[in-house]
Amino acid sequence: MPMTTRRVLRTVESRTGGSGALTKALRYVFPDHWTFLFGEVAMYSFLILVATGTYLALFFEPSTAHVVYHGTYAPLRGTEMTKAYASALNLSFEVQAGLLIRQVHHWAADVFLAAITVHLLRIFFTGAFRRPRDINYYVGLTMLVLAVVEGYVGYSLLDDLLSGMGLAIGNAVALSVPLVGGQFGVLLWGGRFPGTPDFLSRLFFVHVFVLPILIATLMAIHLALVARPHHSQFRGRRQKEGNVIGTPMWPAYALRSLGLFFATAAVLFLLGGLVQINPIWQWGPYEPWLGTNGAQPDWYLGWLIGALRLMPHFDIVIGDYTLIPNPFWGGVLFPGAVFGFLYLWPTIERRWSGDRRPHNLLDRPRDNPTRTAIGAAVFTLVVTVFFAGAADRAFVQFGVSYEFQLWMYRALAMLLPVVVFFATRATCRHLRDRGGHPARDSGARLVERPREASRPLSRPARGYEPRGTETAPEGDARPTGTTKEE
Amino acid sequence: MRRARQIAMAALALLLGAFAVVALAQPPVTRSSAAVEVRPEIAALESQVSRLDEGPELFEQSCSSCHGFEGEGVEGQAPSLKHAGEAAADFYLRTGRMPLGQVGDEPLRGEPRFGDKEIEALDAYVGSLGEGPAIPKVEPSQGSVSEGMRLFTESCAGCHGIGGKGGVAIGGYAPPLGEATPAEVGEAIRVGPYLMPRFSEGTISPAEVNSIARYVELTQNPEDAGGFGIGHIGPVPEGLVAWFAAVAAVLLVARLIGERLGGSRADDEAEEPR
Ligand code: HEC
Ligand code: HEC
Repeated sequence: MPMTTRRVLRTVESRTGGSGALTKALRYVFPDHWTFLFGEVAMYSFLILVATGTYLALFFEPSTAHVVYHGTYAPLRGTEMTKAYASALNLSFEVQAGLLIRQVHHWAADVFLAAITVHLLRIFFTGAFRRPRDINYYVGLTMLVLAVVEGYVGYSLLDDLLSGMGLAIGNAVALSVPLVGGQFGVLLWGGRFPGTPDFLSRLFFVHVFVLPILIATLMAIHLALVARPHHSQFRGRRQKEGNVIGTPMWPAYALRSLGLFFATAAVLFLLGGLVQINPIWQWGPYEPWLGTNGAQPDWYLGWLIGALRLMPHFDIVIGDYTLIPNPFWGGVLFPGAVFGFLYLWPTIERRWSGDRRPHNLLDRPRDNPTRTAIGAAVFTLVVTVFFAGAADRAFVQFGVSYEFQLWMYRALAMLLPVVVFFATRATCRHLRDRGGHPARDSGARLVERPREASRPLSRPARGYEPRGTETAPEGDARPTGTTKEE
Repeated sequence: MRRARQIAMAALALLLGAFAVVALAQPPVTRSSAAVEVRPEIAALESQVSRLDEGPELFEQSCSSCHGFEGEGVEGQAPSLKHAGEAAADFYLRTGRMPLGQVGDEPLRGEPRFGDKEIEALDAYVGSLGEGPAIPKVEPSQGSVSEGMRLFTESCAGCHGIGGKGGVAIGGYAPPLGEATPAEVGEAIRVGPYLMPRFSEGTISPAEVNSIARYVELTQNPEDAGGFGIGHIGPVPEGLVAWFAAVAAVLLVARLIGERLGGSRADDEAEEPR
């Protein structure tokens, strides 16, 4: 650790009494693998969401009181609308940097959810959810659920045509829950759709306070639970269950992570400044009797729209009482099943494999072909249904008949997962038995070489003269120096 | 080697992303490939008949095979044009929907097959067959765009989408309005082509038609205060950009900084017990 750092540390610790804790934190070791950064991307997107959201909240007015618009955007002048929508228009056209911040906020939401998804895939396919990290896996999943809801609520706040239709669909889904749906809907909306005037201010409170606080709290717990047993790591020459090998927090890892933060912020602000997202002035205000063809939710709800589309139209009716209305299948049962699978998987795997030991070393996806194959199959199902959600767009854009697409996706949703399951399992088994890395070491085989020999090779500069005698016979240039052509 | 591959992968990812975005931002495929095939004959036909400049003869040559010699319609082929009116003839001819390629085809927009003069002659002839709507006079500049937006949302967005980008209508296809001229908007409102309902002057007044036409013009050239419009259809292209541009870029950065490229360097590597 550099001198200055040490001196600052001593100063702080002698005054706060945190003797050694800070020093220890700065020495915390992060194992090296690029896939371990996905979660950080999500965290940084969340930071940007909170920062931009705070700015937006200063100007947004969550009120359903009606006003006549007289703002800058000419085509809507003289139109009657809610204060919520009018204030969102003002945010976009009059507030300093308002549109930029609004767009960054929205892009950040899209990226936040995407980063969580990619992170979840990494966790799943490397078996990082196993003891002692199973609880943290549940915490992470819960954050994903909350983030989806948070995004939906944010989208719904603005009271433009698309957000109003999104709420109408959400209302139909809420009402479709058997037995309690009606009461549930009344509880949330305060009455029949579109609900009481309070509904929007409640939604706002949930969006800017309840859910962010919940997510932030869970995120703190998530990080603490990551640090407590230390990060997991991939199996390696020296990586053992009992150690962590990697880059220490200060200075190397902290700076690297800061770089990732800046990269994330840069991408989001670039998009926010250059690429238009949710141009609410083009959608117009919402009224319950209005609608538009082709309304779509943000991508992270696309799989639910897909499920609503794919489900054939039938209700379960007893006498003249509709027990289970149609939206239940796509809007509640399907996401329930997917998340149910994700929540239950650690338990299922424990039972099925009988492996109850804690694991600090990660699996590579091929190390556990069955898990990888099941995960890939479920993922394929969700992605297929997700694409079905955009079937109407594909129809307009590419002219493929909508009905044909529905039947195609229904067939694919049943066939593809099965195909993917067997293909993935076979590939994993093949790779595992062959022992090479599919992308990096085509045709090469991993051979251990004495560490002493490889070490100097990795840094040939700095005045070190290899003595020649210890190096590998065929002057292999690879720094880790452990491959050999067969 | 490895570095080159990484760069190649990065380039590939970017390219794919760009491609996806561009594909969605493209105007929809024009569905007139059938029309292109029959073009030569039609062109020959056109030069032959252009001299005649006579509605009835043009009609006999190009339309009567389906609509009958007097426009009375042929059972199972094409409807009677007795009450179609000039508006319908003008709309179907100017949008290239007629003459239909084949009985049973969905009439879709394409290149018009006749010149202005012939269209006018045909319009007059079809108009003379019976009482139908005359060609409405549409003046978008007289309309109010905010009224137009409200009316469009109420009467048209359910099929054509609020941005006029088209969509799935019950039983068929509601086309995008990107190429519709104000006159065609007015005619479509009065005629109600195919699945589209017909709106009488009582429902949508001529002044309101002006407003709607003005709003349709706005959707053809919307105000993109936020940057690239990426197709003006909302979340689908936005999701593509989020994944294939933003997430791809950030993951690429993670890939580049996430591991010490070139393998483990002993001097900044540390080991800790758990
Ligand atoms: C291949 C057969 C065919 C030919 C040739 C054809 N049409 Fe048609 N036409 C149809 C059919 C079928 C319809 C009904 C389409 C629909 O349901 O919208 C139709 C509809 C119309 C309508 C709308 C009727 C209404 O009540 O709205 C008009 C106007 C029309 N055709 C004019 C013409 C003219 C003018 C020509 C010649 C240039 C022509 N058609 C040539 C088959 C044909
Ligand atoms: C029930 C759905 C529906 C509604 C509502 C509807 N349309 Fe249409 N519209 C259609 C369909 C379907 C067509 C294509 C007709 C054809 O192919 O012959 C069409 C065609 C058009 C066209 C011709 C487009 C082109 O490029 O050729 C215009 C213009 C148009 N509509 C305007 C309007 C306006 C303005 C309104 C509201 C007053 C409206 N439509 C309401 C379904 C609808």
